[in-house]
Formats: sequence, structure tokens, C-alpha cells
Amino acid sequence: MTRMLPSTDVVIIGLGWTGSILAHELTSAGMNVVAIERGPWRDTATDFPPTYAQDELRYHIRHDLFLRPAQQTFTFRTNTNQTALPIRTWGSFMPPNGVGGGGVHWNAETWRFLPSDFRLRSHLTERYGRKLLPDDMTIQDWGVTYDDLEPYYDKFEYLCGTSGKAGNIKGAKQAGGNPYEGPRSRDYPTPPQKQPYAPTLFAKAARERGYQPFPQPSGNLSEAYTNPLGVTLGPCTYCGFCEWFGCGNYSKASPQTTILPALVRRANFTARTECEVVRIELDKSGKRATGVTYVDSSGKEWMQPAELVLLCAFQLFNVHLLLISGIGKRYDPQSGQGVIGRNYSYQVTSSVDAYFDDKNFNPFVASGAIGMCIDDFNGDNFDHGPHGFVGGGYMGAVQTNGRPILGTRVPKGTPAWGAEWKKAAAKNYLSSYSSATHGSCYSYRDAFLDLDPTYTDRHGRKLLRITFDFHDNELKMSQYLTERLGEIVQQMGPHTLEKKPRKGPYNIGQYQTTHTCGGAVMGSNPKTSALNRYLQSWDVPNLFVMGATAFPQNAGYNPTGTVGALAYWAADAIVNQYLKNPGALVQS
Amino acid sequence: MRRAALLGLLLVTGACSSDAASDNESMTRDRQNFETIERGRYLATVGDCAACHTDTGGKPYAGGRPVETPFGNLLASNLTPDRETGIGAWSDDDFVSAVRQGRSRGGVRLYPAMPYVYYTKMSRADVLAIRAYLATLEPVHHQVTSNQLPFPFSIRASMAVWNALFFTPGTFKPVAGKSAEWNAGAYLVEGPGHCGACHTAKNFLGGDKRSRTLEGGVLQGWYSPNLTGDKRAGLGSWSPDEIVAYLKSGHNDAAAATGPMSEVVADSTSQMRDDDLRAIAAYLKDQPATGAEPSRVAASDPAMRAGEAIYVDNCAACHAMSGEGVARLFPALKGGPATQSADPTSLIRVVLQGARSVATEGAPTGPAMPAFDWKLSDAQVASVLTYIRNSWGNAAAAVSASDVHRSRGTLASQ
Amino acid sequence: MSTPMHRRELLAGTALCCLVASIVPAEARIVAGALPWQPSAGAPPTQVRPGPWQFFTPEEGAAVEAIVDRLIPPDPQTPGGKDAGCAVFIDRQLAGAYGDSRALYMRPPFMDGAPNQGPQSPLTPAMRYRQGLAALDKYCRGAFAGKPFAQLSDEQKDQVLTGLEKGPIQLDGASAKGLFEHILNNTQEGFFADPVYGGNRDMVGWKMVGFPGARYDYRDWVERHNERFPLPPVGITGRPDWLAH
Repeated sequence: MTRMLPSTDVVIIGLGWTGSILAHELTSAGMNVVAIERGPWRDTATDFPPTYAQDELRYHIRHDLFLRPAQQTFTFRTNTNQTALPIRTWGSFMPPNGVGGGGVHWNAETWRFLPSDFRLRSHLTERYGRKLLPDDMTIQDWGVTYDDLEPYYDKFEYLCGTSGKAGNIKGAKQAGGNPYEGPRSRDYPTPPQKQPYAPTLFAKAARERGYQPFPQPSGNLSEAYTNPLGVTLGPCTYCGFCEWFGCGNYSKASPQTTILPALVRRANFTARTECEVVRIELDKSGKRATGVTYVDSSGKEWMQPAELVLLCAFQLFNVHLLLISGIGKRYDPQSGQGVIGRNYSYQVTSSVDAYFDDKNFNPFVASGAIGMCIDDFNGDNFDHGPHGFVGGGYMGAVQTNGRPILGTRVPKGTPAWGAEWKKAAAKNYLSSYSSATHGSCYSYRDAFLDLDPTYTDRHGRKLLRITFDFHDNELKMSQYLTERLGEIVQQMGPHTLEKKPRKGPYNIGQYQTTHTCGGAVMGSNPKTSALNRYLQSWDVPNLFVMGATAFPQNAGYNPTGTVGALAYWAADAIVNQYLKNPGALVQS
Repeated sequence: MRRAALLGLLLVTGACSSDAASDNESMTRDRQNFETIERGRYLATVGDCAACHTDTGGKPYAGGRPVETPFGNLLASNLTPDRETGIGAWSDDDFVSAVRQGRSRGGVRLYPAMPYVYYTKMSRADVLAIRAYLATLEPVHHQVTSNQLPFPFSIRASMAVWNALFFTPGTFKPVAGKSAEWNAGAYLVEGPGHCGACHTAKNFLGGDKRSRTLEGGVLQGWYSPNLTGDKRAGLGSWSPDEIVAYLKSGHNDAAAATGPMSEVVADSTSQMRDDDLRAIAAYLKDQPATGAEPSRVAASDPAMRAGEAIYVDNCAACHAMSGEGVARLFPALKGGPATQSADPTSLIRVVLQGARSVATEGAPTGPAMPAFDWKLSDAQVASVLTYIRNSWGNAAAAVSASDVHRSRGTLASQ
Repeated sequence: MSTPMHRRELLAGTALCCLVASIVPAEARIVAGALPWQPSAGAPPTQVRPGPWQFFTPEEGAAVEAIVDRLIPPDPQTPGGKDAGCAVFIDRQLAGAYGDSRALYMRPPFMDGAPNQGPQSPLTPAMRYRQGLAALDKYCRGAFAGKPFAQLSDEQKDQVLTGLEKGPIQLDGASAKGLFEHILNNTQEGFFADPVYGGNRDMVGWKMVGFPGARYDYRDWVERHNERFPLPPVGITGRPDWLAH
């Protein structure tokens, strides 16, 4: 029997980055906010203290901080001819769980998308006509521009204390920064982190080849910083336990280190943890959300009524809940009709491994987002005409860790075990290096999300089914980027170089990134988007959906900076437009 | 009129005139008298009355909260205006007598868990202002039987002897030759602030060691530091601004309040006016240092060498190799009373159990230290504490493994 | 008489504010008012202690010790898998949550998938080792005149392992390749994981490659390019220098 709770102004599903940002903005506006989080409360000194956070086996290999597939998972197939099977253990991506969400264990690589990324179809068509765009590529303009979002990128970066060097301030190029970035209103709040050996060698080689390297923007701070909420972060100590791990000394930007201490003090905010939202409830018209139903840790069901529902969970869970709750028209890949599940995309990464004779890289001196990168091959920063593909990515020497279980590297052809392996492992640990490309992934008609017909979760709900593979465009792009990266790395003087471009088919068992995107995208046209430009549902005006769910396709950057900016952008619209006059903010 | 000046004025008035009594009485009954009620609210904050008299999850000042003593529990009384279970039926004299003399209505003797030995310094006018404020609260019907002590400690009459030995009643007398700010600070510290309740060591019967006023004291597993001008173990190395910042937010560039002081900051000092905090700082900075300079444990000592290894591997990531920490985030271990207190009780406890530092509206971060009790042995905790107490120019007595062992026992039984 | 007071229970209790007067779901953890705090909170790892096998039978243990010692053979510089504790590591892992896959999605139906659809086997690691080691034992006794794996010569052991790895050897009732890959992964995990888990004894794996272990502060080293990091490795539970002598 579902028990009804007293109504609240706002219910937030999921207390990660976007949930925390929205909760803070809306409590500031005087709203009563209840946040419901499936996982546990997480706190630095209790849950990832520097007394035991530095444990590769527990956190990177046994996935201790992540959602357990036993609690919730997805099924996967390459295309509609295949039977989707469950993702029984995580591989390609790592769904977060708990307060702070992915913000706890991300690498803190904090990028902005390019201005051209936000009007991708228009831009590419203007420049190349239609010849480079395959018929089944479903890229779209976002409905917002980079200029719309700039103040909110700034707000997110100043919330986090992001460390970096601007490349373009109000149109004036700045030496040492990213020359391709969109204009920003001011420099980063803290200077770039210091760089270890390999990134400096990479930068030198890149410059020699005519490129323009710059330090990667980082949410692991270069110095202590107090943000506009009065919350203080400390300086990163380059411990090398960043992505997959919680930060033990308050130096990685996360909801814990930037928002929650100020948020929990507010009388109009409550968090309920270890409660799983199972459905967003609608009224009889289907056009108004009445609240959410959730299950607590004892299995009891509760209904939390609310005037405004904010869906702030991880991208895949957001789409799952929309499908389960019957919100919006489900996408049908055959007809191409429908929007929920449409335009699912990912990220296309690759690497170049290099082995040196005479260099000690101290790979364990590392941080999630240090490194020197070039953006010369991202987006449409170069002429794609001769190449036969669109898209691109940044590339660089990014030194995130030297953890030995997974980071012990031996050249190709070395036996996988035995005395030879042992010798090679000892010889190459300090003197080998892996550089990476981080490429865009555009959307296609046949890459989508829907509900699986066979497999269910513990509540009996159908699992979300992922249908996805890399297309030729992305594989060509990856090949190209990897070749260019290889040239730079070769310039660094290794005795052995191994280029590892992304190859199909997409392998759900191999970790790449957790940058799953789309499924309920934003846009100007309700026929091809689920959300309007303010991330408001076209179908249910008192429902907003946050996160990378809104991306019509993914760009060649890590998504969190844009996720944060969109959350602030949406919060602004909710506070200054919606609350004053509830209803659709954009006429469809 | 500026409040501190008002406070000073009343100091003078309260100390020398009892004619003012009847004027003040009428003021307490006059619900229009905003100034008196507001001053009473402020003094109740300074005195942190709610810390004992408001129960967790209970209504304000409705009592019932346990106050632990080594001899058993007492329950703080109901101070709301309820006529049956609160103080609504009390006369002003009843209230003043309870707060300043430790004699409640009907002559019932209070135990010094109610810090009347300090509140005695408050003027009658100030105590009645508090009463005027309490009278504005919601009356709560909540019967509290305060005396939960077992026999024979439950015999209140025995307090007569204790009071004879350890209680000197009397209002605060300003000290000639000291500034108005100093005297205001003295009043606050010695009176409503009752700082000595924790920060002055107690003799075996629980009375203040008068010769060791504000030089630090231990209270069930926490050591409240020396507040005199001792450059190592006291406030000698802190500027007045740093004292003010600490009281206001629980943090300054070198230190963070934790344990019982967290609540003092959160509920009391962070809500005090800046000039009152400056007055407290002026008074404390003028308290002479006593005690000899401790000798430093040599760096070559085996405990120091082990302590250094432990420090580098465990502590430096927050407190820095230089011991300087990070301002407002990780306390400095170099210098200051937290590290160099004569008594290492708080240090041991914080290392074993971890600690959350206080969060206030102006400084909400509340950084916390993780627990090391599972990770370090008694000897290792002793080594690293000896190391920090004697590095970077610090000097303080070594910590022994048996000190740590004893702390573990105390903490386990709490 | 009594000391004046203990300031009641300190900040030690969870700093949950007194709550909303309305119905509050009892089985949720409510956080409001302040960041929660408990002393000695956290979930540190439990130190693996030497002792009898907790999962393996004596025969299985002997076989696994022999296997790990060939996967990572001893040499004058660095102990092999056996002395590094890799078999102990694997034993304790199989006896715990890793062994029974309780965190994974193990609902049926189980179907063979394409290679890119991730592992679909209903076998937990514990089952795979049990079945696989039994099948390996059967194979060895058959091929080597009744000798189990542990009693083969080093050359023979390497031969068998290569055969499992590359395919020629088939096991009855178990996947040879599956078993081999599993043991190889676990062996390398054990060799390089924190010693608290029973492997990487005395941090020999870390010393071999030059990984300084569970350190957390390299600020002084970021810009010291191409220089050897001089400090010895440290595990979550420490290093010898933490003891005063």
C-alpha cells in the first residue's frame, strides 16, 4: 500500500550535480525542496577519507562506489537484429550511486562545448552542404547557443573553483589558453595546476608540430578556494586516485565540496537517502506531474506529491523513468517517430601508448584533469572537407594515475605472464606513457533507448535497453585523431609507439567513458526533442529533466561542464519565469 | 545606543546600585520593553542557556535534557513560562537566586552543573533581562524531575558544604585601570560566558582550581585549551583578530573548533556582536602566561622518526609537510594551542575518532578529520603526536602509548 | 561533589536537526539541518590474516599456489606469485562478495551473447574456480600419469598454462580459456593490490615497478621532472618505518 506524504513545492529525483544545483537555487528562491536519492549519503571524512580511499582494488576494480548492477542495470545490443542481454557487471561505463552522484568519482575534467557544437546541424550544413552528413545521422541544433549559456558556464566554473587558463576573454585571444574556445567573460577562478613531466614533453612536441597546447581545465584545484556559497575547497595533492574514487582532502569539485554544506543548513531543504524513485506520477490528463512514488530501504512505497518535479538522475536513469512513467512519445526507430529514447550517443576515445628508454614519468604523481591538450582537431576547428567525416575531439597527455593493477603496461607482443612479462612490467612502468583522444559521438537513427521485453529489476520494472554501435563516421574520425596524436607522440622520442584507434563493434565490456548522452533531448521542435530549450518537458510542463539526457549528440569534450551550465540555465528559467507563471515556457 | 556601550553602562549601574532593582523588576513585566527583552535574548545566547535547557528535538527551553556528571545524570529544568512545570509562577527573586546563588525557588540547592558559580557575576539587571526574554517564550507543559542522581549524591543539602568551599558569590566588579573594552570582555568571560566551566581545571571535588584559572581543563575525553597568553599552549600566538574570527566562525587561518566548542560557536559565540568578541579577545590576550617553557623532544628520538614517517604518509595531504595546513580548511599543526597543549587528550581523541569542525552560516564547509583508530596502533598514534608536538618549532611533552591506550578505553565506554 | 558538568552528549550524535512535524518516512535516512557526523565512522578494509584456506580445499590451494608461481615466477629481485601471497589473496576474495557475485545482475535467462555484449555466464568466480580447478586436476592426472598440477615440473606447468591460454587444451566441463584468464587477472590483482588484501606481501609488487603505494601528497614532486621518487612504498596499514625502534 502506498502511503501519501504531505505535499512539497519541489521534489528532486537524484541528488548529484544537477540535483544539488537545482536544490540550492530553488531553496534560495524560497521553495520547499525534497530531494530523493537512491543511494546513501556520502561525506568525505566518512566515505572516502585519505585513510583508505587510495585502494585500486576496491574502487577501480570492484566498483565499490558505484551502483550495484544487482540493484539496477540495463540490457545492451549492437543493433535491432540482436537480442539485448543484461549488463551483468559494469564495463563500458560506470553508473553512479549515492549523494553527489558522478560528481564524487569523476576526473573533474571541466570543459565547455564549442559555439558550433550548439548549432551543429546548421553549422555543418552551412559549411559543407549535406555531403558529409550521412542520411541516418540525426544531429540537431540544441535550441540554445553558446552565448546563451556562457554566463552559466561561468557560474558553474566559479562554483567549482575550476583551475585553468582562458584562451579567449570577450573575443581577445589569451596566450597559453585554448585558442579555439568560445569567448568567456573572465578567466578561470584559479590558475592551472602544475604539470608533471610527460605533459610538458607533449606540449613541446605539439608546439613543434604547429599546434597550440594548453593545460586541461581542471576541477581538482590548484590552490585553496572559497566559492560564492562560502564553501572552501583545498589544493589538489596529485595523489593519483581521482576518477573512480572519492577525493579525501576536499580538493575535487563535487556536490560535497561545493554545495551540500551550505544546502543542508537550509530549513527548506530535506534529503531522503536510500529511497528509490520508481515512477513519476501524472494526473488523469497525463499533462501534469503530481509527484513521485518511491520505495524506501525497507521496501515500503511512498508517494511524495509536489508542484514541480525535477528529474536529476544520471542520464540513463532519467530516460528509464520517463519510459516507465509513460511521459512523452516513445521513439520508434522504424518510423523515426517519437522522442523518448531518441538520439542516444556516447563518446569515442582512443589512445597511443609509447615506451621510452631514458625517461621517468612518475605516473603516480597524477590528478584527474592535469595534462596538456590541443583542440586543433576538435569540433569543426579544422576543415573536414578532404576527410570524409565530421566531428573531432581534444587530444593530449593527461596524467590521471599510475595505479599498477591496471596501469602496468607492456609493449605489444610481450607475453601476458611469466618471467618475460615480469621483466617487461618492471622495466616499463615508470618509462611508458599513454596519451588519449576524446572524440565526439554524433547521433543516429539506429542508436536509441527503449524498454527491454525480457529482463526486469527487483521492482519488476523492465530494464532500459541500449541499442548502439559506432558508425563509420566516428570510426574514421577516431582513426584520423589517433594518427595525428601518434605523430605528436612520435616527436617525443619513444622507442616503441602503439596507436590504438577505436574499433567497432562497440564493446559494452570495456571501459571507455561514462559519457552516455541523449534519450530525451532538448530542442526547438517537439517532434524531434523531448525538452524545450529550458529543459522543460514539452508534454508535462511541471517536469524538467536535467543532465546529459538533453544533449542531442555529444561533442568532443567531457560533458560535465555543459551539464552544470545547463542546470544553472534551467534553474534561472524556473526561478525567474516558471515560478512567476507556471506553464509551458515555450509554445510548441 | 551601541550595545557594548549599553552593556558597559549597565555594568556600572548593576554593580553599585540596588535601587535599580525595582526599576528593573517593572521592566521585566513590561512586554513592551523591547530593549530589555532583546538584551535578555542576547545574554541567553552569550550564556548558551539553550545548550542545556533545550532538549534535542524538544521545544525551546522546555528542559529535560540530560546533563552528565561523574555521579549520574541531572536533567535541565523547564524555563518556559508554564506556571506548573516551568518558571511562570516564580518571582524575580526566585529566578535571580537560582541563577546567581544556586538556590532555586523554595531554597532548593542547585548542583553546579548549573554554572551559578559563574553566573553570580552577572548583575541582577542582566539576569532579569534574561527572565524577561524567557517570559516571551511559548509556555510548554513539561514536567522535569531534575535530580536523577543516585543516593547519596541526590541529597541537595550537601551542596551547602561544597558552596562554602568553592563558591564565592558576588557580581562582577570592574577593574580600575583597565579599559572599558577589557572590563566588558572580563564580564563576558567570567560571567555569562562561563568559559572557566570547561577551560579551568577542577579539583577532585569538582571546584575550580583558582590558581589555574583559564589554563585549560579536561572534561570527559576533551581537553579545553589554555586561554591565557602562553605562546605555545595558550593564545599567545593568536592575534585579537584571530580570536574574534575563531569565535565568530569556528575557524581562523590556523585553527578549527570541534567537539564541545563546536556547539559553543554555533549556538553562542557566532551570534555575538563583533565588539563583544573583540572585548573577549582583549581580556584574554591580557591574561598572563604561566608555566615553564617545555623542552623539545629531539628529532633523532625513535618516536620522532617513526612519527615523521607516519606524518608524511598520513597527515601531510591535508596538514601539509610544513605543518601549516590550509587556511580555514585544515588547521595548522605548526604553532598554536591545539598541538602544544600540556594535556594531549583532545589531540588523541581527534586522531582516534576523527572530528567534524563547526559549520556556521558564514563558513558552512565544516571540514572533518577521518578516524585513525583502526589504522594506527597506540604506539603509532603516540609517535605521530609526539612528532607534531615537537616539529616546526613546536615544543610539548611527548605522548605515550599508554596515554593513547587509556583514551581508547575512555572513548569506548562513552 | 560532582564536577560541574559534561556538556551532555557532544556533537558526537548525528547532527540531525529536530525534524519536520509532518509524517516522516521512518525507513529513509533523512538529512536536514547539518552534515551528519558520527565518531569513528567509515568502512575501512579488513586486514587479511594468514591462516587456513577459507575457500580452497587443500588440493585447490596447492594447485593455485603452483599456478600463481608460474604466472609470476620468482627471480632474484622479486618473489613470485606464491610468496607474494597471490593465492591467499585469491582465496580470500573468493570467500567474500567477489566470489559469489552478489553485487552483479545474476537474473536469468542466461544466454550466450556476442563477444561485445559482456560476460553472460551464470558462473560466479567461486563456481568457476571450483569447476575449473577440478577439471584442470582431471586433465593433469590424465595427461601426466596421475600427477596433479602442483607436482608437475616448471616446464610442464608452463606448457599446461600455455595450452589453456591459447586453446589446445580443452577442459571437461569448464572453459579452459575462461579459467586461465580469470586466474591471470586475479593473480595480477593480488600482486599489485594493497597488502591489506593478502597479496603484494611486503609490497613486493609495488617495489618491483616503483609504485609508492597509498600515498596522498605529491605536491613537492609534480615539477621535479625525470627524477626518481625516493620514498619507499606504503600500504593502507603502513610500512615498517611507522614503528619506533
